[in-house]
Amino acid sequence: MLSYILRRIASTLPVMAIVALFVFSLLYIAPGDPAVVIAGDQASPEDVERIRQSLGLDRPFLIQFGSWVWRILHGDLGTSIFTNLPVSTMIGQRLGPTLSLMMVTLLLTIVVAVPLGVLAAWKAGSLIDRAIMAFAVFGFSLPVFVVGYVLAYVFALELEWLPVQGYTPRAQGVWPWLQNLILPAIALGCVYIALIARITRATMLEVLQQDYIRTARAKGLGQGGILFVHALKNAAVPIVTVIGIGIALLIGGAVVTESVFAIPGLGRLTIDAILRRDYPVIQGIVLLFSFVYVLVNLMIDVIYTLVDPRIRY
Amino acid sequence: MDRRTVLKGLAGAGGLALSGLSAPAIAQGASARTLRFVPQANLANFDPIWGTQYVVRNAAALVWDTLYGVDSALQPQRQMVESEEVTDDGTTWTFKLRPGLKFHDGEPVRSKDVVASLTRWAARDPMGLMLKALQQELTAVDDRTFKWVLKQPFPKMLYALGKNNSPCAFIMPERIAQTDPFKQIGDYVGSGPMKFAKGEWVPGAKAVFEKFADYVPRQEKASWLAGGKQMLLDRVEWIVMPDPATAAAALQNGEIDWWENPIADLVPVLKNNKNISVDIGDPLGNVGSFRMNFLYPPFNDVRARRAVLMAMSQEDYMRALVGDDNSLWKSLPGFFTPDTPLYTEAGGEVLKGKRDLDAAKKLLAESGYSGQPVTCLVAQDQPITKAFGDVTADLLKKLGMNVDFVATDWGTVGSRRAQKTPPGQGGWNMFHTWHAGSDCINPAPYTAIRANGDKAWFGWPNSPGTEKEVTSWFEAKGLDEEKAAVARLNKVALEDVVYAPTGFFLSYTAWRKNVSGITKGPLPFFWGVSKSA
Repeated sequence: MLSYILRRIASTLPVMAIVALFVFSLLYIAPGDPAVVIAGDQASPEDVERIRQSLGLDRPFLIQFGSWVWRILHGDLGTSIFTNLPVSTMIGQRLGPTLSLMMVTLLLTIVVAVPLGVLAAWKAGSLIDRAIMAFAVFGFSLPVFVVGYVLAYVFALELEWLPVQGYTPRAQGVWPWLQNLILPAIALGCVYIALIARITRATMLEVLQQDYIRTARAKGLGQGGILFVHALKNAAVPIVTVIGIGIALLIGGAVVTESVFAIPGLGRLTIDAILRRDYPVIQGIVLLFSFVYVLVNLMIDVIYTLVDPRIRY
Repeated sequence: MDRRTVLKGLAGAGGLALSGLSAPAIAQGASARTLRFVPQANLANFDPIWGTQYVVRNAAALVWDTLYGVDSALQPQRQMVESEEVTDDGTTWTFKLRPGLKFHDGEPVRSKDVVASLTRWAARDPMGLMLKALQQELTAVDDRTFKWVLKQPFPKMLYALGKNNSPCAFIMPERIAQTDPFKQIGDYVGSGPMKFAKGEWVPGAKAVFEKFADYVPRQEKASWLAGGKQMLLDRVEWIVMPDPATAAAALQNGEIDWWENPIADLVPVLKNNKNISVDIGDPLGNVGSFRMNFLYPPFNDVRARRAVLMAMSQEDYMRALVGDDNSLWKSLPGFFTPDTPLYTEAGGEVLKGKRDLDAAKKLLAESGYSGQPVTCLVAQDQPITKAFGDVTADLLKKLGMNVDFVATDWGTVGSRRAQKTPPGQGGWNMFHTWHAGSDCINPAPYTAIRANGDKAWFGWPNSPGTEKEVTSWFEAKGLDEEKAAVARLNKVALEDVVYAPTGFFLSYTAWRKNVSGITKGPLPFFWGVSKSA
């Protein structure tokens, strides 16, 4: 197992290298020039050129790429063109809010979606099943920002239960931290809940037809035990897979959610950096995201062995 | 370690995390001496000389002081300076600093700091560059006195040192001001009324300013950048909110105190809230514009440019931007900011009255236009340029032009508009933008009105008559001479169509009613602002 994990981690290196080259090339050929944005409207072409030189943007592609890779290999993601702050500092500042949002969303999703899926499968064809599936279609169809605005209007503006925007670090207490995350997590989680509820239902329906479930019923096991101990455990592999894939959805959705709820996370940093052509920041974030994807896939593979002892690497 | 042990461990970790819920959480009530402000844009850098964005200038005005400050009557008044003398021939200026000025690190403000700061500023500012070209020497005489010797008089000296157009002549410690003007500073020590809390700065999200206890305000009443900058707040938090609907909700909910520029669509909601005040933010507003490229057909022919001017309706542009709120716009038959001393409509008949599409088509045909594509750059991520772009595309089609509508983002427009290559090879024929009204009050900061060909702003207009009148204004002695020069300038710039003004528009600012002391101006002024609990 350990050698498998080490091999998988080692295999991420070429993937990361390809991602790095791809992102760097894409940014190099993309239109837009950070020097123009920095120089402002009053600047002369000579001013823009001097800024470009001071940022090293006038150097050939291979030299720019080489020096960037060299810095990466030394653990230096570079310095933001605009803020003059190290990219690692900027990512560090934004990591907490995004991780918190993703964690709460993930938790909320699993707690809500899996039981809903199980219930729908158990009551397949009934009114409850149809209601849950209707909710799933609804949740899948609504854009994150629409759900966000509606939630903010109802729970923040009308009821005044929760804040509209912002982020409070966990160090300032669990409730202040959580109250800023509840609405964004529900908004972001809607699609995700719908997806996992549907997958759980479909997988459970298949498992509930199996002989060992009939045997469990025949020996007098209670419904809860059948559903959650025998059936769900055997339906877990596809569900865990979808949860893993869904983390990619979460990262994409976080960009919108963080904007709607003014959460200072990585999603907003990504958009700001793209709009300003802040190349070092874009490159740093894309590298981080690609690393997270690879890591999540690895974790999913490891979790398979935990939920299904038959799987061995 | 087996599978069951790992699962138990995970369950235990979850329990530990949840146990944190039992810890008491202390609600952080907003202090009455902390103001939470939503600025117009993200404070992405904090060097007001290196980066000339307005949001940087607005924040910098809290941290760095200026030698002079322009007041609400648009006149420069002494700020850090105690007195000044100029020789009869107008070439030697001697300035004396006020006593007791201190930087945030406790060091006194000395003449050598001023000399270094002005040197850095003069390398980037249009008026500074003019001064630099005339400069014989800029020297510190003693700790509180410095001297600027010029080769010829520069009557607009005090205005240059006190203007609020970016970049302002902010004074920094010598060690910081010695930074190459094309490189960004990383030390934010100033002598203004607030200190920058660098440790709390999260670019794109938050910037914090704290009261500087040793700041010595002037005794005069505050007026824009002039007078006594009395800070009644201990802390000002700038909270960046990219989504206007969120900012509107946060203001209604009391999570923020002041929103610099709410979008017009949301203003009715704010006006209906009894806890919120809404008013025009900057009375100098903005001048909308689109620029045509003088280098390539069809707009290298003045008849094609005049045809567009004859056909365009400023009302269409303004309504596309602000809707039906008539208090937010005015037609602008000229280039200068309405209700300011130099405002003129001389030569503006072409923009007034019923639009004559047939005459415009005839003039366009005379220019030799024969259906070639007209590349029109439109930044879709900026509501102002998007609205203008849609109206222009419709206008050009009505004129029978073949529009190549390039819908893109502001960053790309910023880069592409600098290209002098032909439109089909990465260049362009027209793009849209707008200018702060405070930049259009006179020709000094008004880069967009300059028409010196290759050295002019994007579009590279060439109009010797316009340039002649810009020089006349700089040399003018007294307001009457200035007015006459600007009237002639307006007329000739419209004849040559240096650019097409799309109208004058204003925007609102909104704040909670427990905040008082907010004044109208070209930037948000925090001195004199207070907040009750």
